[in-house]
Formats: sequence, structure tokens, C-alpha cells
Amino acid sequence: MRVKYVLNEVLVGLWRNVTMTIAMIITMSVSLFMLGASVLLYMQVDQMKDYYYGNIQVSVFLTDDVTEPQKAAIDQAIKGSGLIASQEYESKEDALERFKKLWADSPDFVDAIGADSLPESYRVKLTDPEKYDQFSQAIEGLPGIRQVIDQRELLEKVFEIFNAIQLGALGVAIFMAFAALLLVGNTIQVAAYSKRREVAVMKLVGASNWFIQAPFVLEAVVAGIVGAVLGFIILFVGKVVMLDNKLQALTTILTPIPNGNVWLMLPLLAVVGSLVSAITAWITLRFYLKV
Amino acid sequence: MIQLENVTKTYPKASRPSLDNVSVGIEKGEFVFFIGPSGSGKSTIVKLLLKEVQATTGKVVVNAKDVTSLRAWKVPHFRRSIGCVFQDFRLLPNRTAYENVAFALEVIGKTKAVARRVVPEVLELVGLGGKEHRYPNELSGGEQQRVAVARAFVNRPLILLADEPTGNLDPDTSVEIMRLLDRINRTGTTVVMVTHDSNIVNQMRRRVIEIESGRIVRDQARGVYG
Repeated sequence: MRVKYVLNEVLVGLWRNVTMTIAMIITMSVSLFMLGASVLLYMQVDQMKDYYYGNIQVSVFLTDDVTEPQKAAIDQAIKGSGLIASQEYESKEDALERFKKLWADSPDFVDAIGADSLPESYRVKLTDPEKYDQFSQAIEGLPGIRQVIDQRELLEKVFEIFNAIQLGALGVAIFMAFAALLLVGNTIQVAAYSKRREVAVMKLVGASNWFIQAPFVLEAVVAGIVGAVLGFIILFVGKVVMLDNKLQALTTILTPIPNGNVWLMLPLLAVVGSLVSAITAWITLRFYLKV
Repeated sequence: MIQLENVTKTYPKASRPSLDNVSVGIEKGEFVFFIGPSGSGKSTIVKLLLKEVQATTGKVVVNAKDVTSLRAWKVPHFRRSIGCVFQDFRLLPNRTAYENVAFALEVIGKTKAVARRVVPEVLELVGLGGKEHRYPNELSGGEQQRVAVARAFVNRPLILLADEPTGNLDPDTSVEIMRLLDRINRTGTTVVMVTHDSNIVNQMRRRVIEIESGRIVRDQARGVYG
């Protein structure tokens, strides 16, 4: 009986104030969508870091007029640095092979390049990619070295962009969440006002506090969950349409987003949405329904 | 049943206390009038008994429970032992007489079956048999107050608090409501009534406690309005 009563009150409450309910659900869904996107991106960047950092190398390019003793000295310095996991010497011919593979789509371009125009190099994998500075200090300035390039630095720039996007999404999510909170608070105020007579009688005859508050809090929770489901749908559709079709090129840098991760957003958004609404509603009630 | 011990209540920003060191005891089954001019502090007593306001100093005991130290979450359950009637009836306009009374039962967790058994009985008791399905706006003022009394009494409270219950009613109707309260009093329910209706007080000849500027100036066993 009481459960039926409470549920009925919730539905009537949401319907009585339907425009506000819709506004609340929409802001909630946009906010939660942004939150979901941000969390997904965060997980993605993490996964990409693991993936790329495992594969990156430091390239030590040599000058064209490098002599054999100089090479031997560089080789010694690299080995002696104590920071490397593996190293590989790449001759001009090897470099050309690799170049051909990389640009296989543009044979004209490849034909124009001879082995002589590509530098010899050492390809070094560090045990800890973070220790690049130490490594570069150890070998920099040796005769015969033209340039030391850390792939990590390039990647870091890419990750910086992703991090910026992720933070941006999180910022928008928080901003929208603020609007959503105000709407929840307002909706609850209106609901409490329109039921003020019932509430007064309930207090008078000694209805328990939870019984008085439950319909209001549940109203907000239902709106929060509907908003979360809507936000999840936007996220899912967005992932399929944008990443799987239109922006597929991006996914060559972006490691593919597993569907499992996307599904994981549904419970996350639902929990965040309903919890935030419930707490807001409850706090609002403390001010407007003094028991 | 009800004990006020040296109770002082000063509202925030008020220059003088609404109740000033008031001590009074009311036994089970008594019928007591609190009289006094507007602003004398008599309504504050009702609010103290319901723990709608907290005493500044002193002790309030109702049904052997110390109200002053009662925890907030226990207040709802405590209020179930007190029925309340007000000048403005406080009925729900979109519910019938029956539903208004049943609502009071349902929100404290009684089943519909209990309501079906108890509500017609109590409506009969207050003299509204046959008018169960009227809405408040289809009832006269006296009849609306009867619904309010039925709602206050349906839970068989130990105490019935009536705050100016006849304030909106004509003299004849007021007398009928007083008969009803008297009948409820005879079932053993303690009745505390705040009023400034001198006719009624003079007719009833019950205990009268007069309050002026927050102090008890008279406490008379079979008193008149004075």
C-alpha cells in the first residue's frame, strides 16, 4: 500500500510539473553525457599511454660523415648508459626499407628518395621511457651524432591535446551539472509548495520524515536516472556515428574504444545522476520542509 | 499527563519572552482551557507540546516523555499520541471527508482495511454519518471542523489539542463542537483547548488557566472567563 502510494505520488509529481521535469532531464542528460565522454577519454588516454610507451624508441641519428671509431664510441656510450632495454643499429639501407614500407601508398615519393638521403641511426628502447633526459645527457655532444629524437616527446604533445579535451569535457559536465542541480532544487521546491497542505497534515498526524520526503526525493532520482539513460544513449550513438564512421581516421592514433568501456558508463552515469539528484533534493527539502 | 516546569520561551529577535517561567500540570482525563488576549503566549504552549518549537529553558513532559530532550527523528512517532484541531480546520480540499480522515491513518502506515473499519465509526461519532463522501467545500464550517476532530481522534490519541477550534464558527455551531469535545473528553482523552471565546468557557465550567504576557495569572478548577 505505502509503496504504491509513494510511487503514485512520484508519477503525479513529475507530471504536474512536466515542463520543469523535461528541462531537468535534458540538462541532466547533457551533463552526464559530458561526464561519460570525459571518463571514457580518460580511460582511453591511460590505455594509449600503456600501449605507446611500451613501443616507443629514442632515435639517435648520425651525421653523414660519421667515422667507424666515432660509431664505436657512440655504441659504447649507449650501452654504457645503463638505461637501455635494447638497441638496434639501422643502416642507410634499413632506413630506406622502412621508409618504403611507411610510404607504400606514394611510390613516386619513394622513388625520389635514395638510401643516401636517409641517415644512419641507432634505435634505442629505454627500460624506463621517463628517463630520457638522463640518457640524452649521457650521449649528447659525442662527435658523429646529428640529432637525438625522443618519440615520447611527440606522443606527449598528442596526449596533451587529449588531456585538454578531457578536461574541457569535464568542465562542461560540471558546469551543466550546476545548472541541473539548480533545476532539481527548483523542481523540488515547486513540488513541495504544491503539496504543502498534505505535508502540513502529515506532520500534524505524525507521518515519519522518510514517508514525507520519499516521494520528493524519488521524483528527483527518477529524473536523474532518465537523464542518465538519455545521456548514455547520446554517448553510445556519438561513439558509433563519430568514431566508427566519420572520424575513423582518428582511430589509427586513438586505440579503439572497447564497447565494454562504453557500456560501463551506463551504471556509472545512472549512479552519479541518481545520487546527485537525491542529495540535492534531500538538501532542498531540509530548507523547504522543516520537519 | 502534561507537565511544564519553569518553562521560558523567547523567540529569536523578540524583546520579551512569550512564556516566562511557566509551571503547570495537567492530569489524565482533564479538560483545560487556556485563555488570554492575543499574543499572551497561549498558542506557544500548543507549539511546545507538539515540539514545533523548543523551550528556551525549562522542561516539558508529555505522556511521560521529556519533550525538551526528544530527538528530532522521534518527534513524528511522538505526535501520533496527540490529536490536533485548529481554527482553520486544515482539511485537504481535494479529498472527501472519508479520505481526509483515512489519509491521517494511511500516512502513519495503517492499511486501507483498517481505515475502512475505523473511519466510518469515527465519522458517525462526530455526527457526520451519511456525509462521508462530501468534499470540504460541500460542508458547512461546523461540519468541516467535525471532520477535523474526527481526523484528530481517529488514532485514539491520549491528548487532544484544540487551538481556537471555534474561532471561525457561529455561537450555535461552536456549542455543538464543544459538546463533541466534551464527549471525547468523557472517553478518557485529555483535552487542552486554547480559546478566547468567553461564552464557551463560561458554559463549560472547566479548569481555566489564564495567561497574560507569558505568565499564568489565574488557575481555577471550575472557572469562568473572568
